[in-house]
Amino acid sequence: MRIALLGNPNTGKSSVFNMLTGLRQQIGNFPGVTVDKKFGVFSIEKEEHTLIDFPGTYSIYPRSKDEQVVYDVLSNPHHVDFPDLVIVVADESNLERNLFLFTQIYDLKIPSILVLNMADIARKKGKIVDIEKLQKRFEGSVVVETTARIGLGKDRLTRAIQLNSSKKEYETFQLNAHLCEVEDLKGQEHEANERYILIRELIEQIEVEKNQKKESQSNRLDRILVHPIFGYLIFTGILLLIFQFIFAFATYPMDFIDSVFANFSSWLGNTLPEGLFSDLLSQGIVPGIGGVVVFIPQIALLFFFISILEESGYLARVVFIMDRLMRPLGLSGKSVVPLMSSVACAIPGVMATRTISDWKERMITILVAPLMSCSARIPVYTLLIALVIPNEKVLGFINLQGLVLFGLYALGLISSLIIAAILKMLMNSKEKGFLLLELPSYKAPRWGNVGITVWEKVKVFTLSAGKIILAISIVLWAMATFGPNGKMEQAANSAKIEAESLKLRVDEKERIIASARLEQSYIGILGKTIEPVIQPLGYDWKIGISLITSFAAREVFVGSLATIYAVQEDGGANRRLIERLKDEKRSDGKPVYNLASGVSLMIFYVFAMQCMATLAVVKRETKSWKWPFIQMGFMAVLAYIGAWIAYQILS
Amino acid sequence: MSKSLSSIIPGQLVKVSFIKDSALKPKLMEMGLIIGKELRVLFKAPFGDPIAIDVHGYVLSLRLDEASLIEVEDSK
Repeated sequence: MRIALLGNPNTGKSSVFNMLTGLRQQIGNFPGVTVDKKFGVFSIEKEEHTLIDFPGTYSIYPRSKDEQVVYDVLSNPHHVDFPDLVIVVADESNLERNLFLFTQIYDLKIPSILVLNMADIARKKGKIVDIEKLQKRFEGSVVVETTARIGLGKDRLTRAIQLNSSKKEYETFQLNAHLCEVEDLKGQEHEANERYILIRELIEQIEVEKNQKKESQSNRLDRILVHPIFGYLIFTGILLLIFQFIFAFATYPMDFIDSVFANFSSWLGNTLPEGLFSDLLSQGIVPGIGGVVVFIPQIALLFFFISILEESGYLARVVFIMDRLMRPLGLSGKSVVPLMSSVACAIPGVMATRTISDWKERMITILVAPLMSCSARIPVYTLLIALVIPNEKVLGFINLQGLVLFGLYALGLISSLIIAAILKMLMNSKEKGFLLLELPSYKAPRWGNVGITVWEKVKVFTLSAGKIILAISIVLWAMATFGPNGKMEQAANSAKIEAESLKLRVDEKERIIASARLEQSYIGILGKTIEPVIQPLGYDWKIGISLITSFAAREVFVGSLATIYAVQEDGGANRRLIERLKDEKRSDGKPVYNLASGVSLMIFYVFAMQCMATLAVVKRETKSWKWPFIQMGFMAVLAYIGAWIAYQILS
Repeated sequence: MSKSLSSIIPGQLVKVSFIKDSALKPKLMEMGLIIGKELRVLFKAPFGDPIAIDVHGYVLSLRLDEASLIEVEDSK
């Protein structure tokens, strides 16, 4: 059977999904829309069922892009995803509003199961629901009670699915119910009014409410967490803690992954028979995959924390206290999470903007998200800082290198806010933004749900970024391996002769030959072609090559320099590369990598959109190439001007 | 006497008397804000905006702009 899972937000819908399908879930697409279709296959007594998770909605009528799919599928029995059975998850402690969506679906006469979830919370709130009476009222459906967070009621639910005993012929809840057109707002208002009157009558018959406490625990916590002073202090504290933790712990697995891939590709290079395909494998594909995998620890850790905050209900409070501050910048409280995510990686950040219902606020968030310093910038920053910033203490206790790193992050953040404010003035939209957000009651996070969220985000990152980074690394490998008619071979030969005359070791000889070949390759030629353009920033053609190659992904910059300067990569610290770069002199005898050109490069990387994968995701999310091009354009202008100013001042 | 929800101070219990026409009106109604519904303003965000209200069973936050679409009267 094809089963659709629907329900209001914050009803524990995903807990029900996880309870039924476990980890066997996949992501697909609904035809024609960008919303991910999360589905899972499970079987009850050898019969296989597909469970499709729909976005959480309060009504079948769409109020945001995300929600459109619910209406599209349910209103059209010929839709490929039209379900044989609908499971509607309802929060038992808040039946009135939850029954609204359920009765709408009930009235469509699609076979349904009503899951009264969060039974424990309902008890705590002192609410008792007469399920028998409820079942009698909805004779065309099956009512089941669960507490999915702790796996209670799974048997009841699977039995209900197995029997699928809901009737086909029954009286609709709302007499003369009919489905309105999406544009028919008046009709929808009329329906909402009538439906709620009927629901309220029903609630009075089936629900007993006793000894409701004066002030709930959530309310007391809110006095602190949304407090004008403590609220912000606590949020800042949590952010600092999260990033501190990520930087302290992600480096170990990252260094490990780095060295595993470096060793593997050199092992491949030494073991495989010499040839183009071996080269492609050891120098193109394997390092390409490594460049994707290395970011997984950071992304996993960040989403681990974000999903804990989300599960606990705190994230909604962050939206609540940040909304007023973000609005003058053209952003909304809901922009905070996407921008936070972008500190790990802009790809999940851009995808997280889907919760922003206002088009303009969402666009601005997407456009400025890549200005937040993502994890791919860290290898570039650390290399350049180690290269040109002295390891000294300022004021006796602040490490200067650390201070510069912090400054780069701050520059990214501040400029993203300024750009947002400018975009707000430039972009006009007909609709006015709004915020209608439920503040769910606080609850302890479920580790299973946290784990599944982390797994999903990592998967999405690996697939969407991975494909592109891999493809580009193959293209770049080809551009670095081939050159116009035989020039590369000539250069390689003369380098070989020179190396032999100097009696260098074999590995040193090989690296010098590789470097000479690169200079004559297509990519070397390209680097030289753009040299006049980047000279005012303090860069030479070798840096030019690295800028071009790192257009695929920023961290490629480091690996490219290592190849160009014929230095063997040594994983994390890059000591050899730094030594070599410090020695590099210009024709006038001054070092290429001095304070001015180094800082200029750092600023360039703060601003430039050096990430094909993000561009592709922005294209996917905005459904046109217009926005990614605008984004790339203004970021390039910022990068060039910023780097130019830095170089001119410091040199 | 009817006033705007945006002017209600925290702690007060009120009843929805009217919702102004706007594209948001059906959405507000679907969230449970229909005429006669009892609401309590719980607290406001720093800077007084957005506000959080108890819609009998759940807490809804909305900006003052949205709140001003909702007319309320004192609830007895």
